[in-house]
Order: sequence, then C-alpha cells, then structure tokens
Amino acid sequence: MSISIRGLSKAFDGHPVLHDVSLEIPEGELVALLGPSGCGKTTLLRIVAGLEVADAGEVHHDGEDFSSRSARERNVGVVFQHYALFRHMTVAENVAFPLKVRRRPRAEIGPRVDELLSLVQLDGLRGRYPHQLSGGQRQRVALARALATRPRILLLDEPFGALDARVRQELRRWLRRLHDDLHVTSVFVTHDQEEAFEVSDRVVLMNAGRIEQVGTPAQVFEEPASPFVMRFLGAVNVFQGHLEGDRAYVNDLVFAAPGAGQARSAHVYVRPHELEIHRAAVKGSFAARVLRLVPLGAAVRVELSAPGFGNAVEVELDVRKSEALALSPGDAVHVSPRRVRVFPAHEAAAQDSLTASGL
Amino acid sequence: MSRAARRRLGVLPGFGLSTGFTVLYLCVIVLVPLSALALRATTLSWAQAWSVVASPRALASYRLSFGASLVAAAVNVVFGVLVAWVLARYRFPGRSLVDAVVDLPFALPTAVSGIALTAVYSRTGWIGRYLEPLGIQAAFSPLGVTIALTFIGLPFVIRTVQPVLEDLDPEVEEAAAVLGADRWQTFRRVLLPAMVPAALTGFALAFARALGEYGSVVFISGNMPLRTEIAPLLIMTRLEQFDYAGASAIAVVLLAASFLLLLGINRLQAWTRARTGLA
Repeated sequence: MSISIRGLSKAFDGHPVLHDVSLEIPEGELVALLGPSGCGKTTLLRIVAGLEVADAGEVHHDGEDFSSRSARERNVGVVFQHYALFRHMTVAENVAFPLKVRRRPRAEIGPRVDELLSLVQLDGLRGRYPHQLSGGQRQRVALARALATRPRILLLDEPFGALDARVRQELRRWLRRLHDDLHVTSVFVTHDQEEAFEVSDRVVLMNAGRIEQVGTPAQVFEEPASPFVMRFLGAVNVFQGHLEGDRAYVNDLVFAAPGAGQARSAHVYVRPHELEIHRAAVKGSFAARVLRLVPLGAAVRVELSAPGFGNAVEVELDVRKSEALALSPGDAVHVSPRRVRVFPAHEAAAQDSLTASGL
Repeated sequence: MSRAARRRLGVLPGFGLSTGFTVLYLCVIVLVPLSALALRATTLSWAQAWSVVASPRALASYRLSFGASLVAAAVNVVFGVLVAWVLARYRFPGRSLVDAVVDLPFALPTAVSGIALTAVYSRTGWIGRYLEPLGIQAAFSPLGVTIALTFIGLPFVIRTVQPVLEDLDPEVEEAAAVLGADRWQTFRRVLLPAMVPAALTGFALAFARALGEYGSVVFISGNMPLRTEIAPLLIMTRLEQFDYAGASAIAVVLLAASFLLLLGINRLQAWTRARTGLA
C-alpha cells in the first residue's frame, strides 16, 4: 500500500515540530526517516500510524484519505521502540492479541500464530512471558504481533535503539530479508546513519521539522542537497571561501560552484576520504603539516594543520597508500581534494543547529 | 570453603543484623501480644471455650463482621480502581483536592467518622431521609455497618492501584490501539490485568482494616445482638464484663480466620506477580 503525506504540520504547545512536510512512499518500499533527535521523525511516524493528529495536512493510503481514521481502523503494523509487549501475556498470547480483538475465528488464530512465530524464529518460546526474553527476542515478538493481521503498512520507531550493537546488526539484516520476502510498505525511524543505509531502499533526511532530502543511500551520500545532509552523513572538512560568479575560491584554490546565486561567501565541504596526500606539490593542492596518525583498521586517519585551511583537516587514507607515503607526525605534505561540494555560506550558517544538537 | 566464608560472599551488607532485628521486632510488637492472647484463651476448658465462640450471638457477629468486611472491600476494589484511574490518568481542576480527600478516612478519628456517618444515614439525616421512604434502613442495620467499613477502607485500594497506573507505559495502550483493540478491550485485556496484583493488595488491606474496625461501626450499627453486633464489639462487651478469657477466645477465632484469609490472598498475589514478572 502506498503512503502519501501531504503538507503535514504539527506543533506541541505552540512549539512547531513539523513544518509542511510532504512525502510519497510507493508500495513495497522500505524507507528510513533519518535525522538527529528532535527533528520530528517520530512525530511524523506517529501521525501516519494515527497515534497523533496533525494540525494541518493529510495522510493518504493508496490514494484514500486516512487522516480522520483512528489508529485501530488503519490496520497499520507498528513496532515500538520499547517493544510495548503485554507483560501478563505469553509470547503466543501477545501475537494472538490483534487477531483476538478483531474477533477472528479460533481455527484461524492458532495456525496464524504458529506461522508468525516460525517467521520470527521463536517457535520454542511461545509459552514464555516477555520478562523471560532477551531484548532481541522481545523485538521479534513485537514484530510478529505487528504483522499478525497482515497489515499492508509497517511502521517501526527506532526498532533497534535499545539493543546492543551485535544484536542490532543481526536484526537489521534479518529485517531487510524479511522485507524482501513480505514486501510490505515499511517506514522506520532511526538516528543511526549506518542503520538507515544498511536497511532501507530510500532515506528521508529530516532536520528541524523539515525534510532536507529524499533519495537512495548512495544519492544522499554522494549528492547531498544541503550542508545539513553533508554534515549529518559522516565526517566532513569545511573550508571558508568566497564566491565570484560560478567559482568558489579558498585561498589559491578554485572550485566550480554552479548555481551559487548572489551569495558572497561560501563553505566548501570535503569528505576525509576525498582528500589526497602527496609528498610534492601538485596542481590544486595546498601545503599542510601532519599532526597525528590514527589507525582505523583498513584505513588510517591523518590529522593535519594547513595555513588558511584550519588546524583540524582530516584525511582518510587506505592503509596501503599510507604505508607507501610513510607519513609521520611533523612531515610537510601537500593535500588535494578530489571532490568538493560548495554551499553558499548563508545557507550553511542556518544549519548550525546540528552542532548544537550534539553531533 | 566454610559456611561463614560463603556467607561473606554476599553483596548486600548487614543481612544477619537486619534480619535479626526484624525477627525480634516482629516478636515484640506482634507475636508476644498475640501469644498472650492465645494463652489467655487457654485458661478456658475446651467446652467452655466452645460455648463462648460457638454461641449464636458470636456466630452472628462473625457472619456480620466477615460478610460486611468482604462486601466493603469488594465495593472498595471496584470504586477504588475507578478513583485511582481518574487520579492517575486525568488532569482536571481540583485534582489535588480530590487526591487529599482520599486520605481523609485515614486521618479522621474513627469515632468521629462513626458519628458523622450515623448523622447522615439515620432516619432524619441528609441521606437517610431519602432512603427511608424507599424502605431502606441504612443506620442501625447491617447495611450501615457495610457503609462504615467501606468508608474507612476506601484509601487502601486507591493508594495501592494509583502508583501502578501511573507507572504503566502509555506505549502499551497505544500498541493495543494500533493492534485493533477498542477502548473496552484495551481496558479489559491490557490495563486490568496489570492492575490485578495491586488491586488484590488493596483488597487485602481494606478487608483486614474493616475486620478490626470498631470505632466507626459502633455508632452506626446500633449494636443489636444477633443483628448488628460486630465481632470486635462482642469482644469489647466481654471485656467490660471482666470476662477476659471469653474475649480472648473470640479474638483467637477472629485472628485465625483473618490470618488464613490474608494468607490466601497473599498466595494469590504471589501467583499473579510471578506470572507477569511484576515482582
């Protein structure tokens, strides 16, 4: 079932959380709502689920307006962050709950529960109570319960947030495989970029109640639409520059800056892995001094200071390249960007809420 | 490893000291007076004791005491859960006032409550005068006893259920709603089971309190032997006649019966808690 979100706005006690948000989610897609905490992603999910009422805007499922339907009429599966299992019911009773309250015949409930429990690989634990299960098991019970009535939309609110790293990793892969089997339209909320990229078909980046960009993981990473997206998705170097027409200048370096408009100054963003280090000066490079080398496994992070470019330039090299260069702290080197993104400075300044929110 | 060495491996400090003190304290405060009571009762021969505890007047008083206490505790469970629900769930003007009123039956001297209730429910009282034409006699009847016991037991259920309701995760109710449960189903299948252990505790406390209640009941009951005389009053009457042994005999019966009942409720609670992992 497709979801169409049109012009949603929501404020809590006069404090706006969503500003005029519109989003199309085609049938069968797995979409991640990604953003820092407080960006409105959970509120958006709750409005789609019918647990929150929008101040303005509409939610359509398959072209039909669901805005005024209650949560129970929507038949949407929801997985909550803290599982929200009924603790006085066994695993099997939890999974059977949505079928029982919808008064399905008993002959149908039994086999369906068996089917769901084997889907989430919990056959052996049907008689356990939630407090006797591990976090990952509880989350799978919650998922089985959400899927019991064969909803055509599945919503997951930070589904792996409360789990430890290894279990989270496993569940992510498992959720992706499950989605590939069931093809239910799914939306999940996360603040973890890795999680969003690993699981979803498309990523919706949200910031301060607005959608910044929608695209496949590769698209949003390679072609970020705004400085916020650039900064939120991984480490980045920012150089101050100025604009003249279609060009941005940072000290002696010149970069193409199409469509920069009337802005005078610019921020030039470069990802650490898109910088090269050379022993000798090359065209389009700037001088720097090595401060520190940090081994990261397959890669090495080189921290440099460069006059005019700041004292904390980061470069990520793969181990072999770093060995070939044989760098050590204090070395004078030359750094050249392979790829940059230029954003007019006024736009970048407005985005500093990101640093403020602790990222 | 010696037993002493093993014991030192525990993490919580002061097990020996605190447990020893607990046992001693319970002995001095609870068990010693109760054994004195039982000892007192043994000064009677079996036949004498039987004639006291099984007299028609005593039997009638047990029936009234246990019956009225059970009914009062049951009424308190129903309405106490309702009040606790309202206090825990809704924010309304005057809420803190209502919250304070709940504790009044605790604070009021029971004789004062008794006189107030009698005044209200007697034939000419505010409520009694409207019940009279309906053929309902509230004061000086078993109904009056039940009313008084309901009054004094009210806070117990509310104060045990309210914190449980306040602790319930709203996510659980939202989950029930998105899974298709209507409000009644959510209440009956999700919220009510969560409240049961606390409501049972409240029931046990209200029941125990009602069973021992004396002050508020003596005024409203009228104390007619065989009809509105409660067991504690019977004990009181015996004491006034300096029949300490007879009073003790009746007291022992009361004690044994209420102990068994409370033990039963306790087991029931332990069972529901173990089942739901709420312990």
